[in-house]
Amino acid sequence: MNFSETEDIELMHPGHVGCPGCGAVIAMRLALKAMGEKIVLVIPACCWAVVSGPHPQFALKVPLLHTAFETSGAAASGLRAALDMKGDTETTVVVWAGDGGTFDIGFQSLSGAVERNEDFIYVCYDNEAYMNTGVQRSSSTPYGGQTTTTPELQWKKTRKKNIVESLSGHRISYAATASIAFPEDLIQKFKKAMNLKGCTRFLHVFASCPTGWRIPSELSVKIARLAVQTNIFPLYEVEDGINYTINYTGNKTVKEYLKLQGRFKQLSEKDTYEIQKMVDEDFLFLSQKVKLRR
Amino acid sequence: MRQVLEGSHAVSEAVRLAKVQVVSAYPITPQTHIMEAIAEFCANGKMNAKFICVESEHSAMASVIAASAAGVRTFTATSSHGLALMHELLHWASGARLPIVMAEVNRALAPGWNIWMDQTDSLSQRDTGWIQLYCEDSQEVLDTTLCAFKLAEAINLPVMVVLDAFFLSHTYEPVDVPEQNEVDKFLPPFLPRINIDMSNPCSLYQMAPPNFYMEMRYSIFRAMEETISKFLEVEEDFYKVFGRKYGILDSFQCDDAEIIIIAAGTTASTCRQVVLDLRETGEKVGLIKIKMFRPFPKKLISDALSNAKKIAVIDRNCSFGVGGIFAQEIKSALYKNKNMPTVFGYITGLGGRDVTPKMIEEIYFKTKEEHYPEKESIWFGINYELFRN
Repeated sequence: MNFSETEDIELMHPGHVGCPGCGAVIAMRLALKAMGEKIVLVIPACCWAVVSGPHPQFALKVPLLHTAFETSGAAASGLRAALDMKGDTETTVVVWAGDGGTFDIGFQSLSGAVERNEDFIYVCYDNEAYMNTGVQRSSSTPYGGQTTTTPELQWKKTRKKNIVESLSGHRISYAATASIAFPEDLIQKFKKAMNLKGCTRFLHVFASCPTGWRIPSELSVKIARLAVQTNIFPLYEVEDGINYTINYTGNKTVKEYLKLQGRFKQLSEKDTYEIQKMVDEDFLFLSQKVKLRR
Repeated sequence: MRQVLEGSHAVSEAVRLAKVQVVSAYPITPQTHIMEAIAEFCANGKMNAKFICVESEHSAMASVIAASAAGVRTFTATSSHGLALMHELLHWASGARLPIVMAEVNRALAPGWNIWMDQTDSLSQRDTGWIQLYCEDSQEVLDTTLCAFKLAEAINLPVMVVLDAFFLSHTYEPVDVPEQNEVDKFLPPFLPRINIDMSNPCSLYQMAPPNFYMEMRYSIFRAMEETISKFLEVEEDFYKVFGRKYGILDSFQCDDAEIIIIAAGTTASTCRQVVLDLRETGEKVGLIKIKMFRPFPKKLISDALSNAKKIAVIDRNCSFGVGGIFAQEIKSALYKNKNMPTVFGYITGLGGRDVTPKMIEEIYFKTKEEHYPEKESIWFGINYELFRN
């Protein structure tokens, strides 16, 4: 693709250890292009804690502070405070965490940091399960998904937690969803987040996982695109927890998305119909919120 | 300047004088007074620091770890459940070789809920790679906190300054609060050995495979070994400026003592008085106060006990299935001694129960009269009526 509208910089070395077709790697590469080198990353336990390289190797060209699984919000707060005390107001602190570290174990420290309106960007790259430990369900795993802890007929029968709405409830200054299949939109949102200094900003990036979703690696981007085109993962932004903007309205059926993935192969026609109803209901609800714009 | 200060505020004053740059903490009784005073210093400009009001102790430790990794001086404080919640990150702080200083107010763990003095909380963290220093009075709390920053930054390990709940944290005593210019002479600004450097992008605390991990742990082990001599240097520097020092151990009336009582924290104060009283009646008794618990000063202890016949260890803690933790460590330190004194381990004063001069006297005479301890751990002051069934 052509990055003529953004600086064509490459802040990732080619020698990372991500799986072929990893959405989280595509997400990082695009995000770094948007954010540039004046950032310091905070990464908790997640795929990227491994992908970035074991000692003494390093796949990135920006500083990275590893932190414990549940601590990203707190670690980023401490790092920001220290940079401020050192007089470095130029560097942006950016958390880069998976869905487990964001929706589940790290939710408390994230919630605390957002309530304090800490000055950093929090990125959740969402592959909808604990992929680094071998595909166990998280609270981001969608209704209908199989994982190693929701196997076969015990597939997940509760909904995916809505993280953006949870944080909108905190009245976060800026929250947005983005997808690796919509790079221009993703880059624009990362740039917007970079320019909004002095507040917590949250970016929820849909990042497909060929290993965990049981899809061919070459379908990684296509399936991420279908998630948006079916309104399963709508692209939208929320300012101050109240001003909603939908960036894309999909018109495809959920079946087109589900049928390509091994993790949904057990679903019946009726199950698929139920999922369609949920997705339609969620999108309608979201559309209603757009009308509440101040 | 001499002021009447609460033990908690002796910590706060030291943190202000140490010019700490990032403080993060979560409320827990009986630690809260430490943080309230620091918050006030930050609010009224007496301290130029960022105070992060986090949503848990776990996050308090996580945030000071990240701040310390960015190269600024950091402090937090906690107690009991708060310390237990931090456990994972205590390992992280020492593994990352960060000179964080933490005040830890010794308090019991639930259930049942108990906010009073007990050593089990801090002693349970003995394997986390933190230096542990126990204090007897408010002056020692202030002085030890100042020394803790210098020691931590010299050795690149975190330091826990431990003070007893209420007996010390909430008791007012006259304390000499030094002037800023004198503290500056003793404690220069923090110069980090490694920190996040925007001009040299590195990955800090990344995955360490088996071919590297063990050497990383060995370096911590070695740093702990160096801590004993480094602590003495730091205390000597402190002595030159302020004229006070405490030692790793404090031997009191031990020269000709046949029986030596061992205690830490405020209990040592009570023991001092008992030792003086018993000496007046001709008893050959002494006291060793243990200030440093990690690293455990094995050699100093075995030397200090080499002439004693019997040892009475007062443990206000318990490792269930073993016994009093100080007693266990002391027995291990004596392993190579030629003249092995008989060690009597007394568990008492848990959950804030008083350890009175009378009880210490009884402990002394029990130790003197019995040839050998009836049990490895003697629970002292138990109401056995409650166990009749």
